[in-house]
Amino acid sequence: MSPRDAKPRLDLSGRVEMTHGAGGRAMAQLIEAIFKPALANDFLAQGNDQAVMPLPGPGRLAMSTDGYVVSPLFFPGGDIGSLAIHGTINDVALSGAVPLYLSVSVIIEEGFPLADLARIADSMGAASRAAGVPVVTGDTKVVERGKADGVFISTAGLGLVPPGLDLSGDRARPGDRVILSGSIGDHGIAILSSRENLEFETAILSDSAALHGLIAAMVAAAGPHLKLMRDPTRGGLAATLNEIANQSGVGIVIEEAAIPVKPQVAAACELLGIDPLTVANEGKLIAVVDPAGAEALLAAMRAHPLGREAALIGTIGEDDQHFVQMRTAFGGGRIVDWLAGEQLPRIC
Amino acid sequence: MKHVEEYRDGALAQGLAAAIRAEADPARSYRLMEFCGGHTHAIARYGLEDLLPPPVRLIHGPGCPVCVLPVGRIDAAIRLAARPGITLCTYGDLMRLPGSNRDSLLKAKAAGADIRMVYSTLDAVAIAAREPEREVVFFAIGFETTTPPTAVAIREAEQNGLTNFSIFCNHVLTPAAIRAIVTGAEAARDGVAIDGFIGPAHVSTVIGSEAYRFCADEFAKPVAIAGFEPLDVLQAVLMLVRQINQGRHEIETQYIRAVTPTGNRKAQALVATMFEPRPSFEWRGLGALPDSGLRLRPAFARFDAETRFEVETVPAPDHPGCACGTILRGAKRPEQCKLFGTICTPDSPVGACMVSSEGACAAQWSYGRFRRPAAERVSA
Amino acid sequence: MCLAIPAEVIDLLPDEMARVSLDGIVKTISVGLLDEVAVGDYVVVHVGHALARIDEAEARRTLALIAEMGQMAAEAAR
Repeated sequence: MSPRDAKPRLDLSGRVEMTHGAGGRAMAQLIEAIFKPALANDFLAQGNDQAVMPLPGPGRLAMSTDGYVVSPLFFPGGDIGSLAIHGTINDVALSGAVPLYLSVSVIIEEGFPLADLARIADSMGAASRAAGVPVVTGDTKVVERGKADGVFISTAGLGLVPPGLDLSGDRARPGDRVILSGSIGDHGIAILSSRENLEFETAILSDSAALHGLIAAMVAAAGPHLKLMRDPTRGGLAATLNEIANQSGVGIVIEEAAIPVKPQVAAACELLGIDPLTVANEGKLIAVVDPAGAEALLAAMRAHPLGREAALIGTIGEDDQHFVQMRTAFGGGRIVDWLAGEQLPRIC
Repeated sequence: MKHVEEYRDGALAQGLAAAIRAEADPARSYRLMEFCGGHTHAIARYGLEDLLPPPVRLIHGPGCPVCVLPVGRIDAAIRLAARPGITLCTYGDLMRLPGSNRDSLLKAKAAGADIRMVYSTLDAVAIAAREPEREVVFFAIGFETTTPPTAVAIREAEQNGLTNFSIFCNHVLTPAAIRAIVTGAEAARDGVAIDGFIGPAHVSTVIGSEAYRFCADEFAKPVAIAGFEPLDVLQAVLMLVRQINQGRHEIETQYIRAVTPTGNRKAQALVATMFEPRPSFEWRGLGALPDSGLRLRPAFARFDAETRFEVETVPAPDHPGCACGTILRGAKRPEQCKLFGTICTPDSPVGACMVSSEGACAAQWSYGRFRRPAAERVSA
Repeated sequence: MCLAIPAEVIDLLPDEMARVSLDGIVKTISVGLLDEVAVGDYVVVHVGHALARIDEAEARRTLALIAEMGQMAAEAAR
């Protein structure tokens, strides 16, 4: 029995109307029927304009917010709901924090099918429960048809950084090692495969996942040695490495042969003329660690289900120009640049 | 990936590189133009120039259809897309291509024009069938490789009785450009002498290797038609080094697994029924070249957006500082352009060579910036 | 120019269409520009159209020749 069945019924064959956002009974019904049961927890049940939560212990607070606009809303391996939960948990956790609480704001386009909205809310709830990070407060708004693309979700997260941990994008130093938690490009290819005018068949699923469990294991194994962690989402591994190189004022040299890419992802990239290094991920992270901690870190990551394919992919070096360079599997060298413009399939 | 990974083997590449080093005569020069952007991309992506000895110099040719499209035609497409009722379908590569005043299809789309990206010509036909109230125009560009797919789309639209599908034709012909480069290089003051050509891969699957016969017969230039994988390019370089050493000038085919002497006759026949050469067509960097572009035959005028919507092409000058033209002729290297990496980058391209990842400038920027200039490397 | 990639024909469909596979990525393309395409053929795919067939025997010969050229250079260098 899904949590919704116990609550007042809303005819899910209908569509979202402007009244669902107008603050009247229809809005209350929408929240009661769809969001409350999907996301249920004690903090949300307080029913106030804010949630009041206890401070869990010593340390520093970490906070992050992110907007989710993905097309299509449902894709192989996930949907915008689970993505909005995973993405913000990850952004909080990459500081080394234990993620504690989430907020959710949903902007819905008039005419959006209620059944799809329920599916998204249920998916958010399932992801939040599985991660053990409750959505403690939320908001919905409805905008006129054409003013949004189905559903936009914005989530924010709070977490607690344990004392003694200090991760930051400017801490990479020459000699540090770069470790990647698994294969790249899965999310972006899963999205592209289901996009209109581009459809191709693939068994590739989005890697969307909450990484705080993996991160906790990494912190336990190599905490003081960890310099920084990032997740290579939009812009892919290439953008994230360039961010790190710029923020820390260093160069990075990576080994193409060490970077895990699933054969199907590589094939899809060939077909579309795009580079797997620039394709988005939603369940992977990069860690920069001092050499003394690299081995323990890798071992801990490989022992975790989300880090089984973790690999040492490169080394931080000195470079005034902050280039990210790659030694190709072919034996040459090249720059790994930011993605220019949007990722477009190309003919040439 | 079958027929792909086999041609990316680093160990085999080292063997080919050793053979090239052993056979290239240090006393002579081998200025080889790779006509195609596909080759330029492979050379940059795999760092092939690092494997070649100093006498062998690769000159990046104009074989990127995005790069050679003149500003006036982009402007015309942007104006066309801005008209009410028109849906312009385009390949993704063209979206960021700069027109006049740094305008682009991407900017036109942001301003409200109905511009849609398609992967295949048939996607554009499907849109026309699905949305009969829209006038769907396909922005057709490309060399002989890309023309047959456009022809298939027109046939499909014809068979389905679609009256709201047309193409804005910018298809161009490779041999005409190669001829212009050879004659131009011989005559022009800034032109470079070219000792041989790495010939097009996929263009040649359609037109066949015999299409380049004139290079050997009229101009005594050797040609090696090569695939787009790194081992293909290296093998073709070795074939050209051998031809030059032996004083031969023949049309050889390295990409023999897909290219025949006569090409794809079925595709050629379909294209010939629908298209005819234009007396002249402008190429960015090369200027107006006779018999170098295609247009629809009068019998297919109803599919010709230029006729249907009276598209006017106003010739527009390139950015005054942009060296795309000289780079496309092989007379300058990208890093010799004063805009390169300053105001012209892949994020904000001024010249067409910076847009497509196959453009000489974009390839150099994305993959080769850390490399010292060749001259410095040679003397080092 | 002309991004094109070899893929294996796995299924022939009506209207001169076919499904091709590239390491498990399956795309429906037009094979109307080629005669007598058969399941198992490797074709060169460009913007959703098969333009040419890959000749397996020639492919094997090319790879053998590449290996041989490199070997000769290595032996000559010894």
